[in-house]
Amino acid sequence: MSITPVSSPHAHDHSSIYRIMRHVCFALLPCTLFGIYIFGFPALNLFLLTIGSAILFEWLCLRLMKKSTTRLQDGSAVLTGWLLAISLPPWAPWWIAVSGAFIAIVIGKQLYGGIGQNLFNPAMLARVALLISFPVQLTTWPMPQESFLDTGFLDGLAITFNLAPIPDGATGATYLGALKTELGNNASAVEFASTQVRNSDALLGFSAGSLGETSALLILLGGIWLLLMRVITWHIPLAMIGTVIGLSALFNAIDPEQYAGVSFHLLTGSLLLGAFFIATDYVTSPSGKSGQLIFGAGCGILEYVIRTWGGYPEGISFAVLFMNALTPLIDLYCRPRIYGRSLNGKPKKYNAPLADAVEQES
Amino acid sequence: MTDAAHLKGEETDYKNLFVEGLWTNNVALSQMLALCPLLAVTTSATNGFGMGMATMAVMLSANLIASSFRGMITPQVRIPVFIVLIASIVTLVDMWLNAWMHELYKVLGLFIPLIVTNCAILGRVESFASKQRILPSIADAFFMGLGFLWVLVVVGAVREILGSGTLFAHAPLLLGEQFSWLEATIIEDYQGILLLVLPPGGFIVLGLLLSLKRLLEKIAETRKNKSAPATTSSMETNSIPEANA
Repeated sequence: MSITPVSSPHAHDHSSIYRIMRHVCFALLPCTLFGIYIFGFPALNLFLLTIGSAILFEWLCLRLMKKSTTRLQDGSAVLTGWLLAISLPPWAPWWIAVSGAFIAIVIGKQLYGGIGQNLFNPAMLARVALLISFPVQLTTWPMPQESFLDTGFLDGLAITFNLAPIPDGATGATYLGALKTELGNNASAVEFASTQVRNSDALLGFSAGSLGETSALLILLGGIWLLLMRVITWHIPLAMIGTVIGLSALFNAIDPEQYAGVSFHLLTGSLLLGAFFIATDYVTSPSGKSGQLIFGAGCGILEYVIRTWGGYPEGISFAVLFMNALTPLIDLYCRPRIYGRSLNGKPKKYNAPLADAVEQES
Repeated sequence: MTDAAHLKGEETDYKNLFVEGLWTNNVALSQMLALCPLLAVTTSATNGFGMGMATMAVMLSANLIASSFRGMITPQVRIPVFIVLIASIVTLVDMWLNAWMHELYKVLGLFIPLIVTNCAILGRVESFASKQRILPSIADAFFMGLGFLWVLVVVGAVREILGSGTLFAHAPLLLGEQFSWLEATIIEDYQGILLLVLPPGGFIVLGLLLSLKRLLEKIAETRKNKSAPATTSSMETNSIPEANA
């Protein structure tokens, strides 16, 4: 009888890419369903189109590069399409969905070498490319509807496929965009926050914004699920949200007329979505704990700087991409200690009798 | 080839220079030189064409002069001499463009003086003109310049069509009013993909062009191998073109 030696590890928790992707998708479900509910059929069309074309492009790339198409089943293309879809304006036309999925999967992921090889978060890369290329479509925000059926199925198709223009009355500004305009008109941030922002709406999500970013509460729910399932650790989200809280509290204390308060920054825009679902991408964030803290804080600082002094009202995608580019550098300086070795990578000193024993054995 | 070889009257293979300049040893696509102006000015086909022409003019004059004085320039001082030479020519081209094609100069302005730093020009002077007779040097400059020109025009055209939906817009500024027929609007009522006009577009289009060239070369190679007689081994078929070269 022969025994085939099997190399370690001998026990693992049956973790797999598919399991992680499934948990993330499950965690995204509440805020996505809510987004589709308040933005109606066009949002549903956008969601299905983005994910569908992401899967299609992934399959095409795998075929062209002669890789096994069973890799499609790991679910990573679905998640990339999903993250892209919920970061887009909910009534974006079909070609935004298709070209966004193309940029994310083909340019952002497969050209770098496929899953695990990409330098930048594919969904955010696609969002930024779309925002720069098509500023009008990417900043047309529909206002939330009373119920899902306010825009009928056929009207929804017409909006998605560019057959009918979006009525002007149906669109509005996001909270962050409105604040930027008001501050540009020398209005006060205090007055804006008290008259035009209802914190309950921002918390629950009845406001204009990207498909899945509006409801802070439901995103938080998904984030907590990911933490409980140990899909992500607390380091990046906490560092990122903590930095934004700290900076907004500081500047709000210095000049409340000019800088919006903590709750405004926390509840509006896609800070929570970015902190829990986008910045925590395994491939494009540092692997060490200290590195993750630096990465999260960097995202938080950039996010606040872009929101407050930048040209765009919201900057989560730029912040994450910028820190993605710094990830290799952070990883270089924040290497986790190897088991059994010191921080410098030197073998740890054994106790004298033990060391003798090891020497005798060898 | 050495000077001694030329004195014996050895023929220069002009056809080979042509193929090398336009394809196999293309400045941008094979040598990967001169990418800075290539990426910077190719926001439209006209800009690419203007830059290509200016570079070709500098290349021709630099090769001509360097080749004429090749016996007098000693190896120790050759690099400073070549740089002074190229800088003088570029200054002339710069002033000439400013005087005669002022509109185009306003677009290309910054990049014309930077032709001095174009490694492709110094590269041709150093590796070819300083060792060859005048006529082959001029031919080399012409074909290398032409190779650079077509890449500039193609990258410019792709970025212009996809980025703003036009082709050869503002061509009359460069070529005169009689060429206004070149201006074309390819896609009516086009909103444009701003990304392709911005710097990332240059990188993306150049990358795609590079991979297309590799692909075409690979296809050509497999065809060649297939058409080669089965009796000769692959080692022999590979060695024959090298022996001829």
